[in-house]
Amino acid sequence: MSGAEKIDVTVTEIVAVNELVTRFKFERTDGGLLPTFSGGAHTVVEMKDGAITRMNPYSLMSDPMDQSAYTISVRRDDEGRGGSLFMHNNVSVGDKMVISYPVNLFSLDLRAKKQLFIAGGIGITPFLSQIKQMERLGGAWELHYACRNAALGSYVDELLSAHPYEAHVYYDDEKQAIALEELLNGQPVGTHVYVCGPKGMINWVRATTEKLGWPREAVHYEEFLAPQPGKPFEVKLAVSNKVIQVGEDESLLEAMERSGVDAPYLCRGGACGQCETRVIDYSGNFIHRDHWLEDDEHASGEKIMPCVSRFEGKTLVLDR
Amino acid sequence: MTIQFNEETFRDDYTFKNSDWAIQRFPFPFHEDSYMYSVNMEQHRGGPEGSIYEKRFDVDEHYVAEMRDRAMVLADDPLRCQSLPHMTLAGWDLLELIMVSKSEDYPDLFELHRDGDQWRWVNKPLGIDDTFTFLDETTLPYGPMEYITRQAQGDFCVLDQRDDNLWMDAGTVTTQADWSLDFDIGMNFFEWHAPVPLAHEKGIFVRALKFLLNIQQGSPARRLNWTMTVNPLLDTSPENYHKWGIQKTTITPDNIGQKQHLRVELQTFFRLPRSNALVFPIRCYLCNFDDMMTMPKWGRRLHRVIRDLPEELATYKGFIDNRPMMLDYLAKFDDGLPTSPGIWPDKDSEPPLQA
Amino acid sequence: MSKFEFPQSIRSRPVWGTLEPRAGKHHLMIADAQGAEAILDVATPELMTGAHIIFIAKGTDYGDKLRALNPAQYYEGPSYEAAASRIQRVLQDAKMSTQVYLSGTESLMGQAMRECTNAGIPYTAVQTEHRGSTARRMQCVHCKGITEDVAIDPFVCSHCGLNLFVRDHYSRRLAAYQGVCIDAEDPGNVPPSKGIYE
Repeated sequence: MSGAEKIDVTVTEIVAVNELVTRFKFERTDGGLLPTFSGGAHTVVEMKDGAITRMNPYSLMSDPMDQSAYTISVRRDDEGRGGSLFMHNNVSVGDKMVISYPVNLFSLDLRAKKQLFIAGGIGITPFLSQIKQMERLGGAWELHYACRNAALGSYVDELLSAHPYEAHVYYDDEKQAIALEELLNGQPVGTHVYVCGPKGMINWVRATTEKLGWPREAVHYEEFLAPQPGKPFEVKLAVSNKVIQVGEDESLLEAMERSGVDAPYLCRGGACGQCETRVIDYSGNFIHRDHWLEDDEHASGEKIMPCVSRFEGKTLVLDR
Repeated sequence: MTIQFNEETFRDDYTFKNSDWAIQRFPFPFHEDSYMYSVNMEQHRGGPEGSIYEKRFDVDEHYVAEMRDRAMVLADDPLRCQSLPHMTLAGWDLLELIMVSKSEDYPDLFELHRDGDQWRWVNKPLGIDDTFTFLDETTLPYGPMEYITRQAQGDFCVLDQRDDNLWMDAGTVTTQADWSLDFDIGMNFFEWHAPVPLAHEKGIFVRALKFLLNIQQGSPARRLNWTMTVNPLLDTSPENYHKWGIQKTTITPDNIGQKQHLRVELQTFFRLPRSNALVFPIRCYLCNFDDMMTMPKWGRRLHRVIRDLPEELATYKGFIDNRPMMLDYLAKFDDGLPTSPGIWPDKDSEPPLQA
Repeated sequence: MSKFEFPQSIRSRPVWGTLEPRAGKHHLMIADAQGAEAILDVATPELMTGAHIIFIAKGTDYGDKLRALNPAQYYEGPSYEAAASRIQRVLQDAKMSTQVYLSGTESLMGQAMRECTNAGIPYTAVQTEHRGSTARRMQCVHCKGITEDVAIDPFVCSHCGLNLFVRDHYSRRLAAYQGVCIDAEDPGNVPPSKGIYE
């Protein structure tokens, strides 16, 4: 079996946080306790969307020590294939769902003398659990959180009132921006920086830390990608001896699973590397979208991450 | 089932002894008639009833005596148990994992009563009944890792996970196969395995690390490893090698069956929830040659494995000088008959030794 | 000739590099004896405007040349131990963009590296270059005592007197290689000592 262990849960609360973001609360259906987790962990939520089972990763934002319930926040993506739309439109309080055990690809370096969090938009969610962990266990931290405007600033009020000295909020609409270079330049040795947000923000922080001479090990980032729709394509799976069609609104990984092929996965968002698959033969173009493979691996045509990447062309043969 | 705990020692007069029950469940580590390194990992989700695989943390007849031996080692040398400052949370995770597992798996021996952060832990074999506050170090006599590993058989390495590597940042190591926690603490996976011959070249550690980094909460894994030890000495540490090394030369054709022990490590791996660290318990099982030879299959196979083992491995495992004497002894238990696949003794199907 | 080509070894043995100028406002350079040559090689006027050089001369006369580089701060001390509290003090105020350059003996680099990692700089971010003596700082695994400047194998532990052989297994935390009793299984049978790299 692929992926982390599963947990049967019931949706016990749904709260509209703002126009785009909705919060969901899960409790164990059997009434038992959920596993504790570490700040920055995510869960993979299974959605039965007609014939398709979608599995999307969402950061856990609740207190890692709270075993009574997990909460996640989902931002509606009107252009995506429908995972977030399904959560927004089709899930109701009382629904039974299946989620995975917590998995952490964005954990805190507990040796850090200070944790510096940089969030953009819905990228705030992993920091909410990390902040609760820091508050419980002690240690210096600071948050810099950029949002489009006050109306779309999820959890801004809570953060500012609970942590008036640690939390700093910036609104794009008011032309406020994180003074990144100054911020990074002042940080004492032993600081670790964590960034979660849109790709542009992650690249900005990574490039700036590199320019300023920050050690690579002190820079942490996470961005889950939702698989994007695309043109249908055909794939030959050499090991399973199957030819499968990948539909417009499903990922290559989902198409393999629908065909009964047990493909490995963990995050389903292009970050963890578990689903890496060897390409045996191809004629056409890859649409690589993951964060896992290096640029030269993308260019080589030898590997693909089927959770988020697609293909356009005549033939694609995979070692699966 | 209640376990009858042995009154025995692992030093000086060496009164350690395996009962018939312990011999039958000994984790013979060779699944075929030869041995080479492999990433022989499998899920750690129980196993045959009564086997060492059945429970998350196996407790056997040696429990009380092993814990007494550990207390003596730690009294002599506190550096055998160390935890770098950032690993305290992982220590609490480990304490919880062991207390929950043991109280569920051995309710007649261990009890855990939790009321929020107020925990009461009852360890009947060791006569312990302590109440403490979870996550508050001041309420325990030792740090959380030391407290619980003084009550659990086997060594415990607690590995921090960062930068796509595992770091030996905490542990209690008193029953080790000749490596020093005090020296290796702080090293990454490749560094602490650096002295192992052949396996790096075979890519074993790259594959093993990839597997271990992806062990998730709720999905522990396990494997067996092995070496040889003269006398049932648990603490074969580098620290004391200048004292115990000489014992290797005390083997004679007359005493080898009693003195020479196969030393098997049941290595398990659990993701720890709050710290995202990985705990790596290394449980040591000892069995002398005479006892092992009561299983015809093991007699045949051990001879073939030891005979064909590459010289580098026999050197690394520290028995190259004694190998000829071992083979003289073992050859008498190998009649050339085929052996069944797998590690189990298969007493019902394996024929007795043919003279 | 102060450069030495170390033979290939196991994964725990440190691999020393060659110093290169790096971006950043602050540059902490720590060297002993011939290690000064590596600093002289890497130094540029831009680096020197933000450089703090800490030099342990060990009887060499590189001091004048280093001072002539005109670093922002210069210190010359008689031994690593004498300089240790200064190094700790400098690292206490260091910023994440501070660049560290170590050169000279393995003992100097190992001990200064340990101060850096204790302060929170990952060891991979610290530049190193070996120059000068190849003698090792050894820990006796038995008594835990450190013997400095070990050039021969086997050697006698300066604390407990056991005959130890020199391993390549290295601990960054101890800044030392491991020494293990060579005659435990045959007391008194100690082979004659040779140079470690002979």
